[in-house]
Amino acid sequence: MMGGKTIATTRRLMSNRLFLYGCLTATSIAMLVLGVLMISIALEGWSSVSWRFLDSFASRKAAQAGIKAPLVGSLWVCAICALVALPMGIGTAIYLEEFAKRSRLKHLIQLNISNLSGVPSIVYGILALAAFVRFFGVSTGDAPWSIGDPESLFFVQFPFGPSVLAGGLTLALVVLPIMIIASQEAFRAVPQSLRQGALALGSTPWQVIWRVSFPAALPTIMTGAILAMSRAIGEAAPLLVIGGFLLVFQTPTNLMSDFTVLPLQIFNWAGRPQADFHKLAAAAIIVQLVVLLFFNSIAIIIRQKLQRPLQS
Amino acid sequence: MTTTMTNPAPSTTHPVLRRGRVTATLAAAITIFSFAATTSTQDASTLKGSIRVDGSSTVYPITEAVAEEFSKVATKVSVTVGISGTGGGFKRFCGGETAISAASRPISPSEVELAATNKIEFIEVPVSYDALSVVVNPNNHWMKSVTIPQLKAIYSAGGAKTWKEIDASWPDRPLKLFSPGTDSGTFDYFKEAVIGKEGKVRSDISVSEDDNVLVLGVSGDQDAIGFFGLAYFEENKDKLRAVPIVSATGGAISPSASTVNDGTYPLSRPLFIYVNAKAAAKPEVAAFVDFYLTTCDELASEVGYVALPSDLRAKSAANWKARRLGTQFVKDGKKVDGSFSTLYQ
Repeated sequence: MMGGKTIATTRRLMSNRLFLYGCLTATSIAMLVLGVLMISIALEGWSSVSWRFLDSFASRKAAQAGIKAPLVGSLWVCAICALVALPMGIGTAIYLEEFAKRSRLKHLIQLNISNLSGVPSIVYGILALAAFVRFFGVSTGDAPWSIGDPESLFFVQFPFGPSVLAGGLTLALVVLPIMIIASQEAFRAVPQSLRQGALALGSTPWQVIWRVSFPAALPTIMTGAILAMSRAIGEAAPLLVIGGFLLVFQTPTNLMSDFTVLPLQIFNWAGRPQADFHKLAAAAIIVQLVVLLFFNSIAIIIRQKLQRPLQS
Repeated sequence: MTTTMTNPAPSTTHPVLRRGRVTATLAAAITIFSFAATTSTQDASTLKGSIRVDGSSTVYPITEAVAEEFSKVATKVSVTVGISGTGGGFKRFCGGETAISAASRPISPSEVELAATNKIEFIEVPVSYDALSVVVNPNNHWMKSVTIPQLKAIYSAGGAKTWKEIDASWPDRPLKLFSPGTDSGTFDYFKEAVIGKEGKVRSDISVSEDDNVLVLGVSGDQDAIGFFGLAYFEENKDKLRAVPIVSATGGAISPSASTVNDGTYPLSRPLFIYVNAKAAAKPEVAAFVDFYLTTCDELASEVGYVALPSDLRAKSAANWKARRLGTQFVKDGKKVDGSFSTLYQ
């Protein structure tokens, strides 16, 4: 009897250890691949990263080429994308989690959102080309209807054309399902007892959401926002479909400006046969990673700051 | 690991970096341009607005160079350039989305029709000559020259599978074919000049709208063959070998500026830009096209293309100055046959 028990225990411990090693291998393979990628890119591109590289426009001569236009373009597009996708995503999540009753309609919306999050981004690009860039062909692009002075920040024209606004809206479409699903998870994770307590004290639903469930969900929402914006800053395909200018010599001045983004510039340089341009592509990837980490760290700081009051 | 830029290697074979001789004349051209612009309309640096250019990747090296130099003079004008291919560029141009479309073939009858339905008028401006270059891997030592019928046998639907099938003295190795995409003017030109109107191009080939991808493909495979504009060959001479084409008179002719100029290279063709007439009325677009015409001879040879002969250059400039509308290569909804140099007026 005693012997049998020991064997069973050994087997249990064995499988426990095997499982641990399995997980460890999975993690280290992932880290190794990432590490090799980062190191090779750092080695190839680091020597090309300089202030001049950040502050010059594109050039046919590798030694003079820079990423000013795509860098600033990426920041513009992502800012517009965030301004549109965050409120819309959180709003949709609040409606679905806090207000919508169990119904066929809610089920249908939910199903659609889940499906949309799996749609390839290039499909959104085609949709955006018709909707934002061409307004479904209502007017031809050479006779746009416009408001305001083309020089001012508040210049708008219809159809939008392949402008930075159209680009931001396209990316907002791409990340919206991710944003909604992440925010929904966040609201779902808030304990029901918190809401019930607030309601019992006589709060209106608005007060419950604004004072109780939204602050409690916000840290998780920020995590979702990080994921969504990381996706947005890395997208090239839908932007290539809506306009896809590769060579731009100005930074955007208003919502109607032409633009290019870092992934498009990287794509263009990496596709050239000259090794000098491959170095520039690697350098642009480094810059893109730094921008991404910068955004993420801001979101993490916000998350940490917001988490405190609830825990005390 | 330093944060400074790597020096541009002076010994590089990159023709675009070897431009000391070009710079001086280019600077002179720019000065003349600024002067002309000042006297006629206004100083280039005070121009504002945006110019959207899209179209052929064959013309892209010239447009890239022109746009870069123009942006240095007209600092407040936003010039943007895309590479959608000649066909893709015309789709956008004929919808009024772009001011200028670059093309490696004349506009087609269906594109003229599309422009007419959208009430888009345009000005046709030939800018340079190109030699369509057939390229193979440098390790391909057997293909010393090629005839047009041989090229046809290689690229036609149901064509040869191995090199040996084309010429018995060539090795029994598989043929790996590369071609610009069907939206590209280079493809259209090649199809017409080599395969003929009736024939079909085979479908088992690697295609890309981006000529740089073709360069990488052919330079990485000993059995590969591809074709594209001369500039992409000139820029990658160390990675590719251009195959001389056997002309009607019997000699094998390599693509180069001189064989295009003396008319001996069988696959030479003009490159164009098309300017939206409404956009051409804007001072910044007019200045850009003026600049294009003053600098493109210089820049075309810098990037590997061939300047237009002076008589054609004069006609092209005169047509632009007169803002001559429409194309000379489509009449009554049909393509006009004949060689460019005799047709163009």
